[in-house]
Amino acid sequence: MRPGFLAKNPSVIWFLLILAIFTLVITLLSHAYGPGVISTSMVKTLGKTLCLCLIAIAMDLVWGYTGILSLGHFAFFGLGGYMIGMWLMYERTRDIVLKSASDFPMTPHELQDAIGSQIFGVVGSSKLPAIWHFAGSLPMQLLFVVLVPGLLALVFGWLAFRSRVAGVYLSILTQAMTLALSLYLFQNESGLRGNNGLSGLQNIPGLSADQDHSSVWFLWASACALALGYVLAAAIVSGKFGSVMRGIRDDEARVRFLGYPVEGFKLFVFTLTAVIAAIAGALYYPQAGIINPGEMAPIASIYLAVWVAIGGRGRLYGAVMGAFFVSIVSSWFTGGRVPDVPLGFYTIKWVDWWQVLLGLSFVLVTLLAPKGLSGLVELIAGLRPPRRGGAPLGPDAGSLQEEEARE
Amino acid sequence: MRKVLMTLGLFLMLALPGVAQERSSQTVPATAGQAAEPTTALAAVLAENVKKIAKPSRRTIGPVIDEIAASGPGASRFLQAWADRRVGLRKSDDTLFIIAEQGQDYALSDPVTGAPADTAPRREISEVKPNSGVRAVIGSALVRFLLSDPDPAKRREALTAIERDGEASHLAPLRASIAQEPDAQIKAGKQRLERLLTIRFGKDAGERVAAIDSFGSDTGLDLRATLNPLVATTRRAFEGEPQGNIAKTLRPARELSEADAYALLVAANMAPKRISEAAMKQALAANVVDGKVGGLPLADMSDPAKRALAYSALAKAGTVTPRLSETEAQALIDAHSYADIYAEPDATVTKSAEAGLARVSRKVAMMQSVDLGLDGLSLASIYFLAAIGLAITFGIMGVINMAHGEFITMGAYTGYVVQQFVPDYTASILIALPLAFAITFGAGVAMERLVIRYLYKRPLETLLATFGISIALQQLFKNIFGTQARPLTSPPWLEGALQINDIVSISYIRIAIFVLALVFLTLYLWVMKRTRLGLEVRAVTQNPSMAASMGINPDRINMLAFGFGSGIAGIAGVAIGLFAKVTSEMGQDYIVQSFMTVVVGGVGSIFGTLAGATLIGGLQKGIEFLNPSNTLAAQTYMILFIIIFIQFRPRGIVALKGRAAGD
Repeated sequence: MRPGFLAKNPSVIWFLLILAIFTLVITLLSHAYGPGVISTSMVKTLGKTLCLCLIAIAMDLVWGYTGILSLGHFAFFGLGGYMIGMWLMYERTRDIVLKSASDFPMTPHELQDAIGSQIFGVVGSSKLPAIWHFAGSLPMQLLFVVLVPGLLALVFGWLAFRSRVAGVYLSILTQAMTLALSLYLFQNESGLRGNNGLSGLQNIPGLSADQDHSSVWFLWASACALALGYVLAAAIVSGKFGSVMRGIRDDEARVRFLGYPVEGFKLFVFTLTAVIAAIAGALYYPQAGIINPGEMAPIASIYLAVWVAIGGRGRLYGAVMGAFFVSIVSSWFTGGRVPDVPLGFYTIKWVDWWQVLLGLSFVLVTLLAPKGLSGLVELIAGLRPPRRGGAPLGPDAGSLQEEEARE
Repeated sequence: MRKVLMTLGLFLMLALPGVAQERSSQTVPATAGQAAEPTTALAAVLAENVKKIAKPSRRTIGPVIDEIAASGPGASRFLQAWADRRVGLRKSDDTLFIIAEQGQDYALSDPVTGAPADTAPRREISEVKPNSGVRAVIGSALVRFLLSDPDPAKRREALTAIERDGEASHLAPLRASIAQEPDAQIKAGKQRLERLLTIRFGKDAGERVAAIDSFGSDTGLDLRATLNPLVATTRRAFEGEPQGNIAKTLRPARELSEADAYALLVAANMAPKRISEAAMKQALAANVVDGKVGGLPLADMSDPAKRALAYSALAKAGTVTPRLSETEAQALIDAHSYADIYAEPDATVTKSAEAGLARVSRKVAMMQSVDLGLDGLSLASIYFLAAIGLAITFGIMGVINMAHGEFITMGAYTGYVVQQFVPDYTASILIALPLAFAITFGAGVAMERLVIRYLYKRPLETLLATFGISIALQQLFKNIFGTQARPLTSPPWLEGALQINDIVSISYIRIAIFVLALVFLTLYLWVMKRTRLGLEVRAVTQNPSMAASMGINPDRINMLAFGFGSGIAGIAGVAIGLFAKVTSEMGQDYIVQSFMTVVVGGVGSIFGTLAGATLIGGLQKGIEFLNPSNTLAAQTYMILFIIIFIQFRPRGIVALKGRAAGD
């Protein structure tokens, strides 16, 4: 009998268990459902971090397993946030307009104009652009969360893979795409409020609960999405499809000569991960409350790669660990909660020096511990690969061929 | 005869209180007779017109001023004084003097000769105060004198005064003065001004058209300033056919929106003002009775059609003023015609002016494209300079160095620090250039030894590791130099711009960068093709193990090549810092563009990098020209173009073939 899904992926059980316990503990310690040991803003930070873990899984699929170092996934993340943000902002503004309006009923046209001038007053315009046509409908905008980034990824990926752009060239190209997108959104003419971005997203229209409660609900939603994303990713990488993905990473030409349509596989993974990233973004920004094009700058996507690399590529739990660890430590350091180190002649203020520390530790991880944090897990679990010796299975010395050959 | 006697009498009378010089001219009448002749002419005119001069009115003063102007020497002095309100009338004997305040009194001087005459207490003199109309007439008479003044500076002054504020009356004296103008330059200026004035004030259309045509495609701003008012139009509504010099007839709903057409009608009082939607809503809201408006339930009011119904019901009841219905408004719009009408009535002149302007704008467009080309070239040289270091580390060695931008920043900060110690800007730049090279060379070698050499076979990880170095360095710069921009001042001989004409100009600093880019191109070619180092670098990049077996040390070569590329980035940093702000993030602005330049150009070829820089720089300027208000959009479209370009030439403009391509 062939081994079942869970038997092939022992990490899934552990992961779901830890995630459930984590979410439960946070809920029971929160302001809304417990003694309030954990502040609401902390709950929000943790919820956001879970969304970042989800996009890290997407990044691990596309980079760690398929070998495409995409520096554009944060753009999809941001696009997803924009799509849901449009609905949130439109509905909330509509409520405000209706509340402040007189008893005399408004025509639909007047209502549109009032909402338009409320939303676009900051950028000196009062008309709702055409892309806001469906902003009043939640199902449409939810569809757009998936469709818009998915289509963009499909078109871009098709163009890029078709012309056999690979390796670092693809990285630079995706970075260029991200830059173009964020520059485009920075313009007022793009119809998404330029550099002001969309704001007030933490208020969910039609929801009477306060922030204490809604933040916990969002934490649960993020945890569910993360769990689903993890199971989906595990299912993909554990099957035959996953083997082809790893094959593409290790030796693309060989897989092509074996008769697999490499471009199709790459395109599928690229688009699927873009959609996962967009869903993560759609959950992230209502918790963050504001989105602006600065969030989609190329540097954000590089940080994403940093998380995955620190966590350990080619392992789903590694990606999650990296994203969680780095973003929590990062918010700890930049929040000014770490004590300064007085050296006598100079005091190290961590707010200033955290970036230097991150940069250098990143270099060290790349050089000395290519497995990242997940290497620790293997050390503890005794998952170390058998010593086979000999040359690696593929030409890419950084890949982890020998361990995967065991599966 | 009587005139002569009177003149004589006046002369004697003026001379009576005179001083020594005055008497001397009287004592030698035989010699002074000739010179005194025209002077007396002015004196005669003055004596004759005392009343008119003292109380001038614009209508009657013309002939008098003409007479004065024609009366020869002294006339300009008198007119000038008159225009400046420095002429006074002595009440005791109705005599005119040029006056100047002197304590409590007026110092008088002779209006004809300008010789000091007397002083008089204030109450004895009534000041002559010509109004502005009269002063304008005097002014134009004065222009004649200024235009033929013996002092060239005065003549130039008069020309600029007319250029600034020309009038029809200037035309005749200007024409008259051209023939006797001795200075060639001023003469040319006068002729040009004469033609400009002819365009504006010429008597008949033929003369004006000839003047317009005589300019050809001259791009002078003065010509455009003269022609533009001629073709200025106003948009008007007409009953029946349009009247006047029509520039363009406008049909409603085609060339003219119906709302605009109606607004024109309202402005011309040809149609009543429509009650706006907002006013209609207010009137409806004010007339809600028992939850009903005009017989319709309040809830229906969200429908515009129902609103109109309710309003007409209210209007029928007499509670509100009736509103023009759409069809009535449409009928009004259709019943009128609309046109743009030239302010200038003469059709031949406007036609010729339009043609002249078209010629001018064609020429201007040509000049602008030259200017745009220069702009693009200078942007291209900046990109080339930023990318040339990358062409070595990325293009030849295949190392993605994300910290390349930080090397540029490092060079710029080196320049800033040097300027803190060496106050002379020229010397500091000359010190900073080699120093920046040395420092970034060192940084590059250190990075290669410590990090990159372990990752030569893992290009994606090189990208990430160097990115880590990049963010660490960026924060380090912030900690050392702060977040605000630091100045890097260029030497004084690089300030200013080379002005080729009104439109085309290029700043010296950009020329310097262009030259620097050429120098580096040459340096690169020389190092790569003519030196031992270049030979070994090429050998190692093509086949490291073969090169090693030939006795080349690949480690040493990689280190030197990486250091060389980084050093060039440092020098580029100094050059870029001269015109851009030096901040810790300046390198970020160039890194993506630099990679684009190398990728678009074709990896591994310096001429490819050059072509890539030219393409990207030219393209960016071109897009900016099409959409000048928006540099962000230009960058967006440029990147989109690059993404699409890569689809068709994945290996760049200059693609290496065969083994050198590396695959």
